[in-house]
Amino acid sequence: MIRLAVNGRDVAVAGPPAARLADVLRDQLGLMGTKIGCDAGDCGACTVLLDGAQVCACLVPIAQAEGASITTVEGLAANGTLATLQVAFERHGAAQCGICTPGMLMAASALLAVDPHPSKHAVADALGGVLCRCTGYQKIVEAVLHAASDIGLSAPAAGVAVGAAMPRVDGTAKVTGAEVFGGDAGPPAALWLRAVRSPHWRATFHIGDLVGLHRRHPGLVRVLTARDVPGHNSFGIYPHIKDQPVLADGHVRFRGEAVAALVGDRATIAAIRDEDMPITWKPEDPLHDPAAALAEGAPLLHADRPGNVLTRGRVARGDLVAAFAGAHALAEVSVRTTFVEHAYIEPEAGWARRVGDRIEVAACTQTPYMDRDEVARVLGLAPEAVRIIPTGIGGGFGGKLDVAVQPLIAVAAWVLDRPVRCTFTRPESMAATTKRHPASITARAAVDTLGRLTGFDFHGDFNTGAYASWGPTVADRVPIHATGPYVVGAVRATSRAIYTNLTPAGAFRGFGVPQAAVAHEALMDDLAAKLGQDALEFRLENALRVGDPTATGQRLSHSCGLAACLEALRPRWRALRSEAERSNRADGAIRYGVGVGCMWYGCGNTSMSNPSTMRVGLARDGRLTLYSGAVDIGQGSNTVLVQIVADALGVAASAFTLVAGDTDRTADAGKTSASRQTFVSGRAAELAGRDLRAKLLRLANAGDDADLAIDGGTVRVRDHAGSRHVDLSGMTADANGDVLTGEGRFDPPTTKLDGDGQGSPYATYAFAAQLAAVAVDVKLGTVRVERMVAAHDVGRAINPMLVEGQIHGGIAQGLGFALMEEFVPGKTENLHDYLIPTFGDMPAIESILIEDREPLGPYGAKGIGEPALIATAPAILGAIHHATGVRVTELPALPHRLRAALKAAGWA
Amino acid sequence: MASYDRPRDLGAALARRAAGPCVVLAGGTDHYPARVGALRDEDILDIGAIPELRGIQAVGDSWRIGATTTWSQVATASLPPAFDGLKLAAREIGGVQIQNRGTIGGNLCNASPAADGVPALLALDASVELATLGDTRHLPLADFILGNRKTRLGADQLLTAIIVPRAGATARGTFLKLGSRRYLVISIAMVAAMIETGAGGTIATVRIAVGACSPVARRLPLLEAALAGRRLERGIGATVRPDHLAALAPIDDVRGTAAYRQEAACELVARALETLAA
Repeated sequence: MIRLAVNGRDVAVAGPPAARLADVLRDQLGLMGTKIGCDAGDCGACTVLLDGAQVCACLVPIAQAEGASITTVEGLAANGTLATLQVAFERHGAAQCGICTPGMLMAASALLAVDPHPSKHAVADALGGVLCRCTGYQKIVEAVLHAASDIGLSAPAAGVAVGAAMPRVDGTAKVTGAEVFGGDAGPPAALWLRAVRSPHWRATFHIGDLVGLHRRHPGLVRVLTARDVPGHNSFGIYPHIKDQPVLADGHVRFRGEAVAALVGDRATIAAIRDEDMPITWKPEDPLHDPAAALAEGAPLLHADRPGNVLTRGRVARGDLVAAFAGAHALAEVSVRTTFVEHAYIEPEAGWARRVGDRIEVAACTQTPYMDRDEVARVLGLAPEAVRIIPTGIGGGFGGKLDVAVQPLIAVAAWVLDRPVRCTFTRPESMAATTKRHPASITARAAVDTLGRLTGFDFHGDFNTGAYASWGPTVADRVPIHATGPYVVGAVRATSRAIYTNLTPAGAFRGFGVPQAAVAHEALMDDLAAKLGQDALEFRLENALRVGDPTATGQRLSHSCGLAACLEALRPRWRALRSEAERSNRADGAIRYGVGVGCMWYGCGNTSMSNPSTMRVGLARDGRLTLYSGAVDIGQGSNTVLVQIVADALGVAASAFTLVAGDTDRTADAGKTSASRQTFVSGRAAELAGRDLRAKLLRLANAGDDADLAIDGGTVRVRDHAGSRHVDLSGMTADANGDVLTGEGRFDPPTTKLDGDGQGSPYATYAFAAQLAAVAVDVKLGTVRVERMVAAHDVGRAINPMLVEGQIHGGIAQGLGFALMEEFVPGKTENLHDYLIPTFGDMPAIESILIEDREPLGPYGAKGIGEPALIATAPAILGAIHHATGVRVTELPALPHRLRAALKAAGWA
Repeated sequence: MASYDRPRDLGAALARRAAGPCVVLAGGTDHYPARVGALRDEDILDIGAIPELRGIQAVGDSWRIGATTTWSQVATASLPPAFDGLKLAAREIGGVQIQNRGTIGGNLCNASPAADGVPALLALDASVELATLGDTRHLPLADFILGNRKTRLGADQLLTAIIVPRAGATARGTFLKLGSRRYLVISIAMVAAMIETGAGGTIATVRIAVGACSPVARRLPLLEAALAGRRLERGIGATVRPDHLAALAPIDDVRGTAAYRQEAACELVARALETLAA
C-alpha cells in the first residue's frame, strides 16, 4: 500500500507503483475532477499540486507520491465554499467547456500561493503548461488577475436577463470538477472496449482464428468484427451516403480505421497490442493526393462515386465573361491549406447499456438526435428504441458531430447485453476522427473603374479523406460564401469534395468557409492596392448592405452589419496602420503590419429544414424547467437559452433548472453546429416562454403587460387591473411533474437552390471584420500577433460575456489555422507535434459588438460560434503582407514557409 | 509480474542495475509519454528517492549537478552568470509542470536531438558522472550522447551527476530557442553560448552549441576559433558565417525544413552573441 494525503485526507492506495497518479486519483479515489487529455504531459488538463508544486498527474508514478500531499480541484472549495479563484473563473467566463478548467485552476493556485498579485506575464508563465481550446486564454488571465477580489456572482433580475453578462448557469460544476464528461462515469461492472485500428492507408485484410488470443488473455470477453454488427454496418451524416463502416469489412481506406473491437476488462484490452491480433494485411498503394485520386483510371475508394468525387457545389450568377473582359483591374490567388485537428482537450468517450429492448448511449456529442438515428440504424432498431444521454462535452468545434465511440459501444453492449465503456486515447482520437478539409483554391476577381466588384471566379477542391462525413456540407457552403460579404456583379463559384486514402475530413467550425475566406480576402487586399485604395475603405464600399443581392441572389432585408463593423474598426485601423508604418522606418529584423479580414456566415443548415423545439415546464411546487435538446459544448447555449426563456416568460433566469440533451426527455433541437443554437433554438425558447406565459395569463385572465411572480405553488399575476393568483397545487401533473408547459418550435425559413445555386439558403447571416497587428521577424520567419480588434454583428448579444468568449476562442483557432496548425496524417497524432496556440501566443483582443437586430432571431440575436474565427486568418495574413509585402498562400505560415516566401521576395 | 524498485540510496540503485536489465525512471516526463494507452510489463528502477542524486553544489573547481535535479531547481538555483543559458533552457522545457518533475539527467539520457538541456550544457563544457557498483567515471557530455535516443550509458550504470567546470568571473551564458509557439514547444533549433572575456573585453573562452540541427547537439569549433581574441562588442554577430555551421546536419520534419534550420541556426547564433555583447 502507498500512503499519501489527498486534499488533506490520508489515503492508502493499492496497485502497481508505476500506475499514473492521474489514474489512481480517478479510478481508485473517485476524484474525477482531474481530467485526462493526453496522458503525455502535453495538455496539462491533469495538473494537480504535489506538495504545493504543479505537476501533470499523468506523469507521476504513484510511488513518487508516497508521503506527499496532493491537492486536486476537489480540494479547492473549503467546506463547500468556492475559493475566490473559482468564483473569479465563473464571474469572468473563464470556463467554457470546462475540461481544462481544473488544470488551469490548479496551476493558478500554485502561482497565487507564492504571488497573490501576479502580473499578466507571470500568469501566462505559470499557466503556460495548460492548453485550452475554447477560451483564447484572455478570460482565464483576467480571472487569475482578479482572483483576490472577493466580489461573488450576481444574477440579473426578472425581465433583464437578455443582454446581461450573467455567469453560466452550469458554471459551478465546471470550476469544481463536478461536471461529468464522457470518460468520467459509467455503469458499475461495465466492460471496456478498445478498437483495433488499421496501420495501413489502404489494404485488404483477414482476421484469423481468435482462439489463441482468448487463451492468452482470459480477461478478453469478445472480439467484435464487421459481422457482429446487428443492423447496417455503416454510418454517415447524409441519409444517402452511409459510407463508413463501424468495423471495416475486409478492406480499409485509411490508417486508423477500426477493424475490430476488443471487449473485456480494462487492463486486458489495454495490454493487447494491435500487433497481437491475428490479422493478415495486404497493403495496397494509397491515394493521398487529390490530384492522384482524380486522375483517370485511379482506383475508386467507393464504387458508387465515379472519379473519387464525393460531391460538387456550384453557384453562378451574371455574365462572368463580360465582367472579366471589361475589368478595370484584376487580382488572382491560389491558396492551399492543410488538415486541421479540432484538438478538443477531451478525447471521445462514453458508455452504453442495453435496457431490455432498448439501448442507452451516453457520450460526448454535439448532436444527440443524429446519434440516436445513427445508432438505431447500426443496431437495426427503431429510433425510439435508442436513448442518447449527452455527457459533458470537453470541446467539440464540429469534431463531435460525427459518431465516434457511439456505434462501437452500442454494438458491444447490445450483443453482449452488458454495459460497455470506451475512452479514446489521444493518438487514437487524432488518428481516427475527422479534420478540417485541406483546400486547394484558385480565385480571381475583377473591379470596374469605380472600384466596384464586377466579377468573381472561384474553384475550391477539398480533400475529404476516406469517408464522406460532412464533406457535402463543405462543398455546398463554400460556393455560397466564396465571394465574401460583398456585392459582386457576376459570380462563378464551384467546389469539389474528393475522396483520398487519408483521415476523413468533416465538420470544423466554419465548414470550409475559413479556407475560402483566406482567398477572398487576399483578393480584396490585392484589388485595393491595385486601385490605390485603402484596404478597409475598399471593403466598405463593396460591403453587402440591406437590399443588395448575394451571390445566390438572396436580398437581405435586415441585420446586415458588415459596414457598421468596418466603420467601428476604422479609427483603430488608421491608428494601428500608421503606428506600424512609423515603426518600420527604423531598420531591424522585426517588421510591423496591420491587416483586416471580413467574413459572413449563414446561420443554420444550407437550404434545409433545421427546426428546434424547446419546452418549458412549471411544476406544482413552482419549479421551472427548461427541457432543451440543444447540447452546450462550452459556447454557452444552456445559459443563453435560459436567459431567453426567462425574459419571454417574465421571471428571473435563476428560477430555472435545466434538463439538457437527453433524447428521452427533450425534443429535437437539432445539432450544435452551423452557429444555429442561439438563433434557432433561442427563437424556439423564446416561443416556449411566451407560450407558457400566455397560458398563465389566460388562467389569470390578465393582459400581456402583466408581471409574473412565482412563489412556490402560487403564481402571482399583476397587471393594471390588479393582482390575481394562479394556484398550481390542484393541477394535474404530467410525467415530468409539470402542471403547465410551454412549447416553441422554430425552423428558419430558407429555399432550395436551383441548378445555378440561386435561392435563399439561410434565413440570416452573421457578419464581422477583424484587425490584426503583427510583428514579423523577417530573418526567422516567425510571426507574433500583437493585437486583434474584432467587430462582430451578432444581431443582439444575449450574453455579451459569452459572445466575447466565442470571439476570443475563435480568434485563437483562427490564429492557429494561420500560423501553426498542420495535421499531417500519420505523423502529428499527439499534442506536442500538433501545435495549438498557448497562453503565450495570444494577442490582446478588443471586441466590438455590433447589434443590427435580426427580426427572426430571439430578441434580434443570430450566431457567433463559427463567425468568430473566419476573419482571423485573413486579417493576420493581410498584416504579414502589410509588414513585409509577402502574401502567404500556403497555410499554416510556419516559420520555414514564411522565411522561404520572404527570401523569394528579396528579404535578406 | 514486473518489479518496481525505489531505493533510498545510490548503492542499492547500482546494485539493482548490476542485477539485471531495468528501465530507469526519474521525473517520468519522458517515460510516460512513451507509454500512452498502456503501461508496459517492465522492471522499473525509480531513482527519484535518492537524496545524493539531487541538488547543485560547488565542489572544488567544479559545480556538481545531481542527475535528478529538476529543471525548476536549476532555474531557481543561485549560480554564476555562466549558467544563465542553462537557466533559460530550464524555463523552456515543457510547462512548469514538466520543469517541476523533469530532471537534468533524464534530459541527457533520453538523448532527444531536440533536448533543450544539451546545448546549454555543451556550452558549459559539462561532463557526466557515470557510476557502477564500485566504479565512478567521467565522460565529456559530447562523448556520452551518441545519437538520436542513443547514449553510452551501460546497462549496469547510472548517470549520477553533471559536472561543470567553474568558469572565470566574467563568464556569461545565454540560450535562444526557436519554436512555432511560445510555450510547450519542441525546438526547431536552439543555441546556447558561453563567453568569458579577458583583458580589454576580448573573448578569452567561447563555447557555442546548436541543438535540433543534428542527431546530437553540436559545438561550433570553427566559429569559436574565429571569435577567440576578438572584442566582445555590439556587431560581434556579424562574425558568424554560414560555413561556421557546416558541421550541422539538420533534417526535414513537421517543424521545419533542413535548409530553414541551417539558416535559422546561423541567425540564432549571431543573436546569441549579440545578447552576450549587449
